[in-house]
Amino acid sequence: MSYEIIGITVLWLFLYGYLIVASVDFGAGFFAYYARITKKDHIINRLIQRYLSPVWEVTNVFFVFFFVGVVGFFPDTAYYYGTSLLVPGSIAIILLAIRGSFYAFENYGSKQSNVYMFLYGATGLFIPASLSVALTLSEGGFIVEESGTVTLNYLDLFTSPLSWSIVGLAVVSVLFISSAFLTFYASRANDQAALKLVRGYALFWSTPTIIAALTAFIFLGQHNERHFNNMMDLWWMLGLSVGFFMIAMFLLYIGKYYGLAFISIMLQFFFAFFAYGIGHYPFILDPYITVQSSATHESMGIALVVVFIAGLLLLIPSLILLMKLFLFDADYIKGKK
Amino acid sequence: MLFEQDPVLMSRLLTTLTLGFHIIFATLGVGVPLMISIAEFIGIKRQDPHYLMLARRWARGFLITVAVGVVTGTAIGLQLSLLWPNFMQVAGNVIALPLFMEVFAFFFEAIFLGIYFYTWDRFKNPYIHWMLTIPIVIGAGMSAVFITTVNGFMNTPDGFLLENGHFAAVNPIAAMLNPATPTKVFHVLTTAYLTVAAVLASITAFMILKKKTSDYHKKALKLTMSLVFIFGILSALAGDFSAKFLAEHQPEKLAAAEWHFETEEGADLILFGWLNDAHEVIGEIRIPNFLSFLAYGDFNAEVTGLEEFPEDEIPPLWIHYMFDLMVMIGFALIGIAFLYLILSKMKKLNEHNKGMLSLIVLSGPLAMLAIEFGWVFAEEGRQPWIIRGYMTVEEAATTSPYVGLMFILFLGLYIVLGVLCVVILRKLFRNSPVEDELEKQYPTIEKGDSE
Repeated sequence: MSYEIIGITVLWLFLYGYLIVASVDFGAGFFAYYARITKKDHIINRLIQRYLSPVWEVTNVFFVFFFVGVVGFFPDTAYYYGTSLLVPGSIAIILLAIRGSFYAFENYGSKQSNVYMFLYGATGLFIPASLSVALTLSEGGFIVEESGTVTLNYLDLFTSPLSWSIVGLAVVSVLFISSAFLTFYASRANDQAALKLVRGYALFWSTPTIIAALTAFIFLGQHNERHFNNMMDLWWMLGLSVGFFMIAMFLLYIGKYYGLAFISIMLQFFFAFFAYGIGHYPFILDPYITVQSSATHESMGIALVVVFIAGLLLLIPSLILLMKLFLFDADYIKGKK
Repeated sequence: MLFEQDPVLMSRLLTTLTLGFHIIFATLGVGVPLMISIAEFIGIKRQDPHYLMLARRWARGFLITVAVGVVTGTAIGLQLSLLWPNFMQVAGNVIALPLFMEVFAFFFEAIFLGIYFYTWDRFKNPYIHWMLTIPIVIGAGMSAVFITTVNGFMNTPDGFLLENGHFAAVNPIAAMLNPATPTKVFHVLTTAYLTVAAVLASITAFMILKKKTSDYHKKALKLTMSLVFIFGILSALAGDFSAKFLAEHQPEKLAAAEWHFETEEGADLILFGWLNDAHEVIGEIRIPNFLSFLAYGDFNAEVTGLEEFPEDEIPPLWIHYMFDLMVMIGFALIGIAFLYLILSKMKKLNEHNKGMLSLIVLSGPLAMLAIEFGWVFAEEGRQPWIIRGYMTVEEAATTSPYVGLMFILFLGLYIVLGVLCVVILRKLFRNSPVEDELEKQYPTIEKGDSE
């Protein structure tokens, strides 16, 4: 396997990792705020805080990791995406900044504030929406290069059903993944009141998620036939995705094995995300850049792969330690530590 | 709008704004973990609750600043590609490795930060908790090292060949270990530790001035001022290495900093002053032959003057003031720390007199200003280049017409973050005075400790 294929595969894995951990984080922020305005915060907020506080920074790194990796492996992406994403990218940065710092202000600061809480919750839904613009752009048709200048056609972007269906999918997926994780976390903490509430959220958000996925898929077919057909060739991956979704729903419905249910949801998104990514290959930005045309020099590519491996050897044990201490330590979740 | 006419100027301003704001929190992010680690270690070793409390309270404040550091760091990371797409397209081939390693270091630090802050009192052996600070200190230091190598590359590009206008035969390691890297890394690390020690000393001195003279505060001041002295000396040493590096590899930067127009032997060092219309220096303080010594360690060495360079490759001459201010502050900090240490050693003298404490209060903000001046000097000193000798800033900037608008948005964001950060930190410490906390955490502590 050539280094650029390894590069794009690992980066895609990291983007998938970000999708999961960020969804949990973004959705939890929203649910925390929602619970406060519906006066149910005493039920779930402590649970959410205990999970989020030690990991919020790690979530952010997944994202930094992805975009630094993309630009490193495929420097041409900086040229096209950099110029065209200035506005949506800057908005995403500002939202991320508000969210990250206000989380710290709210939790480590001296007083609880509804305003901080609102900004924290609301940005959790706007960030996935603004980040998903990059995925829409990659389908082609929104970026034009003329006489050495790259411009983004905002009118096309805002009137495209594809872009709105992707935004919709991003938002509802966040709420679905997050509520499913919180269900698992609540069951670990043996917190029945919280469990009942978040299980309700998870069951509720499952339907919009599957509808939004289908809608986005149909609009993708109208916008980029090549990509759509490639994905149809990977029908078995899409089938597996739907299958895991049904297993997750069944488990959530009967109210048992929440850990397994969450893993099924992770697999559901894994197969859908990889079918989408493989179908996109070889283009990174249709039709301007492909994986091969934009790859960095071989020596740099190999150096990056080596650092990837060395870095992961360092990170995986650390992440396991983090999870053991906070995510899977029953005493900690229950608030005894 | 006026702004939107010139994306290059606006890109420069927005990058300056983001970096100028980020560098405050980045410096704290590099330095504070080391201070926490030292305080906790002394606390465990001497079984002194004062130092343990010091570590705890510094850590609590650090959580707020690290959040702002993370989000502004994310901002500059993305802005590199958003505002300088042509630069990243070209240079990305050579500098992707350190950028990537920086993210790993940051990742490593982030994981252990989370663990450290949520495991106070969770381990029976206190040294286990202390050991968690080691990966944080290393992660924070290494991310500074890696990102500094990127900046070093932009000053003295290395590790590639130029073929038909494209970078070829890329050697990522050679690019990282470019000539500027050693001195830059040394200078960045020592000044970050110096600045953070000065900032923490400054806060403590302020508390003592407000009549909160307790053993806790005295110990904090003694510790931080000793560190200011040690890192002050190391920073001066690093500064000297940097000047010698500039003389050899970036003579135009040193010449512009010193208003050294003609190449000559036994060059004078010029402090302050100004330039008249004919580009003559007036009102300056002149130290004979000292520039030669600074540049080569020899009072009669020949120092290259600005006349040797094409006019459109000379950095702006106002960087002279940045250089002078940075150096002056550096020496002032060492002086203040030295004075404090002398006073504290002499039994008859009181190191906690008003004058001494006021000087220490000043030293924190001054140190942070010196960081800003130093970076402005370093960055403006390589104008007009973004990659010295290969790509100018004009060629690198985005062509998007919306940069002006983004500048206003980010300016608003940083004002809000900066103000809130200060407000929250003040409230955080005011609402839980150290005396109450010490009593709660360590009930065994003797009464009368806080007078």
